[in-house]
Amino acid sequence: MIRIEQVSLQYGAAEILKNVSLTIPKGGVTALIGPNGAGKSSLLSLISRLQSLQAGSITIDDLPVDTTPSREMAKKIAILRQDNQVGSRLTVKELVGFGRFPHNRGHVTQADADMVGEALKLFDLTDLAGRFLETLSGGQRQRALVAMAFCQDTDYLLLDEPLNNLDMYFSRELMRLLRWIADERGKTIVTVLHDINYGGGFSDRIIAMKHGQVVADGPPRELVTTETLRLIYGFDIPVTLIDGQPVALPFTK
Amino acid sequence: MHNRGLIILALSALACIVCFMTLGLRGNLAFVLELRLVRLAALVEVGIAIAISTVVFQTVTANRILTPSIMGIDALYVFGQILLVFLFGGLAYATLDARLKFFGEIVLLMTMACGLILPMLRARWDTGLMLLCGVVVGVLFRSLHSLLARLIDPNDYAVVQTGSFVNFNDVETDLVLIASLLTAAALAGIWRARHILDIVALGRDAAIGLGIEWRKTQIACLLLVCALVAVSTTLVGPVAFLGLLLVALSERIVKTRRHAVLIPATALVSIIVLVGGQTLFQHGLGNSSTLGVVIEFAGGVVFLILLWRGSRT
Amino acid sequence: MIALTFRNPATLPILASIMLTLLCLISLGVGAGGTSLADLWHASGDTEILAISRLPRTLAAVLAGAGLAIAGLIMQAIARNRFVEPATAGTAQSAELGILLVTILWPAAALGWKALAASLAAVTGTALFLMTAHRLPATQPYLVPLFGLVYGGVIGAAATFIAWQTDLLQYLSVWSNGDFSGVLRGRYELLWLGAILVAVAWLIADRLTIMALGRETSIGLGIDYARMLQIGLVIIAVISAVTVVVIGIIPFVGLVVPNLVSRLMGDNMRATLPATALSGAILVLGCDILGRLIRFPYEIPVGTVMGVVGAILFLFLLFRRHTDA
Repeated sequence: MIRIEQVSLQYGAAEILKNVSLTIPKGGVTALIGPNGAGKSSLLSLISRLQSLQAGSITIDDLPVDTTPSREMAKKIAILRQDNQVGSRLTVKELVGFGRFPHNRGHVTQADADMVGEALKLFDLTDLAGRFLETLSGGQRQRALVAMAFCQDTDYLLLDEPLNNLDMYFSRELMRLLRWIADERGKTIVTVLHDINYGGGFSDRIIAMKHGQVVADGPPRELVTTETLRLIYGFDIPVTLIDGQPVALPFTK
Repeated sequence: MHNRGLIILALSALACIVCFMTLGLRGNLAFVLELRLVRLAALVEVGIAIAISTVVFQTVTANRILTPSIMGIDALYVFGQILLVFLFGGLAYATLDARLKFFGEIVLLMTMACGLILPMLRARWDTGLMLLCGVVVGVLFRSLHSLLARLIDPNDYAVVQTGSFVNFNDVETDLVLIASLLTAAALAGIWRARHILDIVALGRDAAIGLGIEWRKTQIACLLLVCALVAVSTTLVGPVAFLGLLLVALSERIVKTRRHAVLIPATALVSIIVLVGGQTLFQHGLGNSSTLGVVIEFAGGVVFLILLWRGSRT
Repeated sequence: MIALTFRNPATLPILASIMLTLLCLISLGVGAGGTSLADLWHASGDTEILAISRLPRTLAAVLAGAGLAIAGLIMQAIARNRFVEPATAGTAQSAELGILLVTILWPAAALGWKALAASLAAVTGTALFLMTAHRLPATQPYLVPLFGLVYGGVIGAAATFIAWQTDLLQYLSVWSNGDFSGVLRGRYELLWLGAILVAVAWLIADRLTIMALGRETSIGLGIDYARMLQIGLVIIAVISAVTVVVIGIIPFVGLVVPNLVSRLMGDNMRATLPATALSGAILVLGCDILGRLIRFPYEIPVGTVMGVVGAILFLFLLFRRHTDA
């Protein structure tokens, strides 16, 4: 369980997060939505200890993220960042393999190799395994980075806008994979999404943030409504039900 | 003159010149004065040459941290000199007429510099890459220089006087006259073109739109820069960051980039720094040969600050 | 672009080993002493020359080359910029300043103490550079090496000024231009320290590779990023300092070798580190032999030869990269 208690974050005069408290129980897919600058990425960075806490506390399975050795945390939680530029000349396989580092500390075992092979297959990267990252398209590189995070094989997997650079086919594929990882492998997935409909379709719970605060929290069917969306985004979005799934349609003039 | 800064600069420069000529006079007055006059002329020429070449170079490359020295042009010049000695031998080189030689070297430099820099400008490289390339080219030619210096006869080497250090103390006096003619001609040419340069500073597309023959102007400017770099390098050696320091300082004082003001201002600041600095080091601080090192150090620091600030905005 | 990549990671190291062996043999056979390799083989020549001068000199070139290449590799990983290296970004110049100061304050200091002072100065100078480099915008990759070059130049100018004032300019030129001609048995052994540090780098190669992916990825994978920075910094500084103390500055090795190897083999240091070390040794030893041969029997310092060879290689890399992009 990820427990976030009274977390605030400030950069100079700008308040990024204001007294956020949340618990995310083990298992399932949680989508984090909200307008730009709502503090979603910052919250993710704090949970994954990429940024240090200023106020409040965050624990994962009762381990405080700021004091637990980073090495231990790396076996508990993996993060995919928004920025998907890789400066190094590494092959896809090498990059995905580095996801195993927290477990093997550089001594690759057969189990590691199997895990990498599985990840390459799952993310449809087997044919690209020997290619250098710089020769890939943005979408292929994105998949390689998600595969690397998957290979870390942690109970918790955080993703910051994983659908960036992906076309419709791979966006759906990735969301289905995340669903599968949560259901079949019992992992806990927290992902920042921009398209609320992917959240509606694939997540168990949606948390909406605005101005550094949580403004709505609940299962998709309760959350994806015209009223709630107005509260979050500040304009009217029609919502319709398709096969029992709420779908927001912000495309009308 | 509309600019108060310019008047103050002119007066300060005059004061520096007077101090340089009169302080600590002793012995045979006529002889000492003549000696000082020649050195003064050399320093003033160097100041003007560096000022014009740096400002024009910055204008034509549309960049404020590029200077001819940073792009390795003076290293190229020093290399060209030693290359001639290497090819023709020290004796043949030494017996050549000094003025003829000087012109030959300038033509060589112009060819090499244009061959190096024009392609970069044509390909519209970004500044960082051009700078990096220039700095490395500078290193390359300095290394080639020291390599050739070891390959030629030590006696031959003595013929190539300009070393790798800048030295304001021992100016090459025999070339002062011809250098002053060149500098004066460049000054006159630049003065006539000062309004055109203001347009060139707007960048390629705007300049072409306003009817400038871009390529021709670019090449003419580069050739002029080469000639002036040759003048200053011949007289005192490679100056590295001095030009940058002078232009940055002058722009602060006159607060404009208009060539009609900036060029005279930079020339005056150069005279103040060189003549005043030389006077100060000669009479106040003892060791006058270190002025060059001190200026280089200060110039390097200014460069780092400009780079830093430029990258922030 | 020629897609020349070695799929088999062993190819390049094997080729490099063969070439290095050849160069070592040549190096042992070339010198003003007039003892050729054939003489040595028949034990008729002066084997003393071999033991006292040529073997140490060859070893010194190999050690210095391997060390400098690895120092460059690590510096590029830390700065996350391919165009920096210790010898041109202020590390070597800081080391030089450090030795100069210790020579002024404590002229009788043993070589070890001088190396220590040089290392401390190099750590400080490099830390300052890296702190600045990390704050420069990543969108302008050429700014970092440029900043480094001028930063190194400013520190060098400071050293020159101090040396000038204290009449130590002669000493300074010994450190500022690398030269193997003074290497004799008993005067180069400090360089083995560099070999030890290269071994350390090999041990932590995976972590170094991950570090090159950035702070956030490193933390995400449980690496103590700050600690790794410190370790990397010490490796870079000590290798550079020891080389400056014993040989003098050799530019461009740390710059061009890691770039060339990266082009062929990528950036996974576990795979590229041996090839990088070997190639560095080849480049330095090759340039030293060249310097001995160009004007036989006179010698041209390796720093001068490398200034030409390295600058040309670097410009080549720069142009190639630019046309690729």
